[in-house]
Amino acid sequence: MKTATIQLETLTCPSCLQKIEGALKKLSGVQQESVEVLFNSSRVRLNFLEERISLEEIEEAITKIGYEVQNSKVKPSRKN
Amino acid sequence: MNAIQRYLLRNRNKIILSSALLIIAAFGAKWAGGSLVFFQGALIIASFLGGAPIAIQAYQALRVKVVSIEVLVTVAVTGAFILRNFEESALVTFLFLFGAFLEQRTLNKTRSAIRELTEMAPQSAWKLRADGDFAEVSVEEVEVGDVLLVKTGAQVPVDGRVLCGEGSVNEAGISGESLPVFKEKGSPVYAGTILDNGTLRITAEKVGEDTAFGKIIELVEEAQDSKSETERFIDRFSKYYTPGVLLIAFLAWLFSKDLELAITILVLGCPGALVIGVPVSHVAGIGNGARRGILLKGSNVISDFSRIDTMIFDKTGTLTLGKPTVAAWKAYGDAQEEARSYLASVEKQSDHPLAQAVLAAVGETDLFPVSQTEVIKGEGITALVEGKKVAVGSAALMQRVGIPFRPEMKADLARMEQNGNSLILTAVEGELKILLGVKDQLRPGIKEDLRKLKKLGVQNLIMLSGDNQGTVDLVSRELGLDGAWGNMLPEEKAAYVQKLIQKENQVVAFVGDGVNDSPSLALAQVGIAMGGGTDAAIETSDVVLINSNFSRLPHALGLSKAASRNMKQNVALALGVVLILLGGLLFGSWVNMSLGMLVHEGSILAVILNAMRLLRYDLGSS
Repeated sequence: MKTATIQLETLTCPSCLQKIEGALKKLSGVQQESVEVLFNSSRVRLNFLEERISLEEIEEAITKIGYEVQNSKVKPSRKN
Repeated sequence: MNAIQRYLLRNRNKIILSSALLIIAAFGAKWAGGSLVFFQGALIIASFLGGAPIAIQAYQALRVKVVSIEVLVTVAVTGAFILRNFEESALVTFLFLFGAFLEQRTLNKTRSAIRELTEMAPQSAWKLRADGDFAEVSVEEVEVGDVLLVKTGAQVPVDGRVLCGEGSVNEAGISGESLPVFKEKGSPVYAGTILDNGTLRITAEKVGEDTAFGKIIELVEEAQDSKSETERFIDRFSKYYTPGVLLIAFLAWLFSKDLELAITILVLGCPGALVIGVPVSHVAGIGNGARRGILLKGSNVISDFSRIDTMIFDKTGTLTLGKPTVAAWKAYGDAQEEARSYLASVEKQSDHPLAQAVLAAVGETDLFPVSQTEVIKGEGITALVEGKKVAVGSAALMQRVGIPFRPEMKADLARMEQNGNSLILTAVEGELKILLGVKDQLRPGIKEDLRKLKKLGVQNLIMLSGDNQGTVDLVSRELGLDGAWGNMLPEEKAAYVQKLIQKENQVVAFVGDGVNDSPSLALAQVGIAMGGGTDAAIETSDVVLINSNFSRLPHALGLSKAASRNMKQNVALALGVVLILLGGLLFGSWVNMSLGMLVHEGSILAVILNAMRLLRYDLGSS
């Protein structure tokens, strides 16, 4: 299990959060309850299984619904 | 599809501009008496242009089963189109896009304080390679134990220790202290500080998120998105709110057959200011604090802190500096220069905590070899310096070695003791020469700070300390506290905090510095840590004053109160606007779709601008 922190363009509308969250929770390999979209820092944090899904695929899912990804960091996840 | 979509989203600004020009052209032509065809044509193009990016976002939201604001707007615009009301459709799409554009700009402002802080994080380092040369690497590649080179003007990339070289470092970034600090071999250096002059080689001891700076950034970043109960409620609420609005509009259309009314409801119902109002106040408040060395860990903290009844302080290291210094100096007889030298020579040998304070007070003087040193536990030292008998220690030691006190000396002793000093006496050849009073100093400006706290509405200022009641009473009287208890063990302090919270229903803040205070810091609704930057207390507390800067405390309290007020204003504004518009829709005829959109976007901007005031909040000027 890895933890990805993805920096997005500035998020402004509150419903973006729901949209991004919805899009990411649909992906297989992403731990659903770990998906967090942070409004003020405009970031996404989630845990994923690297053997099931790649970071690029996750980023692609975000770009596809119209949000720019600026950069991402992946670390081994701390717990769970 | 994807390509068009990306093109449209990327060129949002151009779309907004073209749409604005088209609308101006259309109305210009109308007033100039131009053809209706041109008027409508321009508006239709503007509607499509502006509607496309909104519709695309709506479609994407629906695909992930979210009824977003864009869905409401798209349905409303489609409705206006069916009614052939092109004026409304063009204006609404334009206002929506333009509003979003302005929101993005202003939101960036509210978040700027925190972003500036995170951008101060070091990016690169000069690392010693196996071949003996230094190479520039990204800071992520630095590991504990690496040897790094820091050049003049560069940032220290990690927490570490100076291996060789010297220079002065500006630590303002992490401590708020603007005077440069001199560093030489063995000195600790901190990530994020800047080497003003000199060159240093350092060994990395902590890297990345483990550094004091990294921790601060992580805490601030966590804080800005931590959610209060109210926010979680609003989040849940808005999940059902938008579909709810859609349903109500549909029902209104079904029963009244009035499509105009239905689409107006859709636009009015857009939740904007309500959802955005609380988080923007929040981020601006936390940002203001972060700039001034105050970490507020989240919005719950802000709300608790703003309602504080009682503030409890630890004494040593919180109200006082925690560093004893010589507060009184009395000289008897002549040959004082000699006595000073002897005192310093004896103290130089000692590792007693007060010896440092004495040496600092004596300053530069000649030092002599000391022989026949005898340490009498709890009393002091006797020794031979330049063949003369010297005794340094308490009054009890003087009596033991038979030093006579004249009445004026006895009076001085009693007075100094009453003022809370520990006494150090120096006798040379059976004669008392120097009497020193050593005292832990109150923080400079502390009285003024406490007065400000009172003025901000804290009802009780209470001190708890492990010191004896006599010393505690003295400090308490000097500071004008409402209560002071001595001889308190850490668990007794915690029990006291608990009693106030549970029995007396008070909102309590505890201000402390050390690990021994962590139970009280954790128990109090607001735990305030005087953080030197690396303390464990930082983790158990809710508010951290970086570099133990007590004078930031009144600002922190004032800021919390201002931020809390600001959030309430924003919620009131958002709800007020929705109520007025709904009222206007139900009981009047002045509300239409574009006005609704204008007010909706206007109220979002209003809450953001209101939050931006918080960035400028300053206790001194308010």
